[in-house]
Amino acid sequence: MSKFNPYNDNGGTVVAVAVGSRVVIGGDTRISNGYNILSRNYNKVTQLTSTNFIATSGQVTDAQTLHKLLLAKVALYKHQHGHEPSLKALSKLLCVTLYSRRFFPYYTFNLLCGIDDDGQGKVFGYDAIGSFDELKYGAQGSGQQLSISILDNQMKGTNRNDDYSFNGDPVGLVKDVFNAIAERDIYTGDHVLIWDVSPQGINQSAFNLRSD
Amino acid sequence: MLKSPYDTDCITWSPQGRLFQIEYAMEAIKQGSLCVGLKSNDYAILATLNRAPSKLAEYQQKLYEIDEHIGLCFSGLTADGRLICKYLRTEALNYKYTHGTNINPQRLVGKLSDKAQIKTQRHSKRPYGVGCLVIGLDENGPHVYETSPDANFYEYYAVAIGARCQSAKTYLEKNYETFANLSKDELIIHAVKAVKSSAQSDVELNGRSVSVAIVGRDTPFKFLTSEEVEATLLHLGQAMEVEV
Repeated sequence: MSKFNPYNDNGGTVVAVAVGSRVVIGGDTRISNGYNILSRNYNKVTQLTSTNFIATSGQVTDAQTLHKLLLAKVALYKHQHGHEPSLKALSKLLCVTLYSRRFFPYYTFNLLCGIDDDGQGKVFGYDAIGSFDELKYGAQGSGQQLSISILDNQMKGTNRNDDYSFNGDPVGLVKDVFNAIAERDIYTGDHVLIWDVSPQGINQSAFNLRSD
Repeated sequence: MLKSPYDTDCITWSPQGRLFQIEYAMEAIKQGSLCVGLKSNDYAILATLNRAPSKLAEYQQKLYEIDEHIGLCFSGLTADGRLICKYLRTEALNYKYTHGTNINPQRLVGKLSDKAQIKTQRHSKRPYGVGCLVIGLDENGPHVYETSPDANFYEYYAVAIGARCQSAKTYLEKNYETFANLSKDELIIHAVKAVKSSAQSDVELNGRSVSVAIVGRDTPFKFLTSEEVEATLLHLGQAMEVEV
């Protein structure tokens, strides 16, 4: 007899890139269980405030509960403070929420992204128990290792011999990254939902990935 | 009200079948400043006259958002009111977290009344010293409720509580039958007129001493800005004398 295992990885990848006062967030729409696909149309990203988003990979039920909880905490913050929480405040809030479950963690790997009070786009990456750090770009999920190498190369100029700095379109970069992951990661595919967040507004788009 | 025996605590009946502590608590509301609530088929509005403890002080806020579809204002012991606001917010948020939908305003008001009832049947507690006006939206449209320390709640077309509320009530009684199909702006004007009719001549009416909030089928709960309130007051000041 095998003991009940409460954890299950539903796969998928989320990516976020911050450039100037803009941040681009992408998440694939596939949920898997083992070698099976449970959905090709599932959204992994939740909008928490007018400029801040959370993108989560890992176990879907824990991610859904975490997103619900954060939405409630943001609503309470708005009641108590009379305004939305800043990205900085949200980043700590997510940290303590995750750590409160230190001894039965949410099986979630999060990227918290948005525009902070200083007008800069930022990405915060988390582990399952709340350790976090501010990043210029981040990836979580089954395609993390594949995508981070590309992002390092394109955003930081690692592993290349030329003088390089990123001046392209971050949305195009995120699309290329997802296409690359979908080629080799069986858990990433179907479609990608992308949010292009800037002080001018939020532009949501979708594009297709391989369905195999 | 004159002092009487049998009024020492909440758990002692008088021979006439009255609980004096509850009745005294209702008196506390009459000491508080005015609150007005009214509704049409599409909107419900709360308006309050705020007080400042002295000329140096800010006006005290009495109108609060409970959820995107519910708002609250109160007259009486404002500290009790703020705690009630905190409780209602928590209950509404928990319901939304568990059920994924907005709580029915009548159920929320009922929960508050249940809490209030407990405070009328324990020797160690006192009743709430505050009456609340709650506006809320459900699938049938907007509603206006009043709660009071006696743990009852009532639904209204239009209501006023607090100091000198009789003038406002008289104004509302004269006009409420026309409210049903009014536009948002016309309804706001009625609310502010009702507040004006109860204000004494030496009270300054401006965008900070008068608060107005609205909720509707297409409008999540929101406050009118102090500029919008000032504009309404100015508009009324230039119009004919308020008929009471």
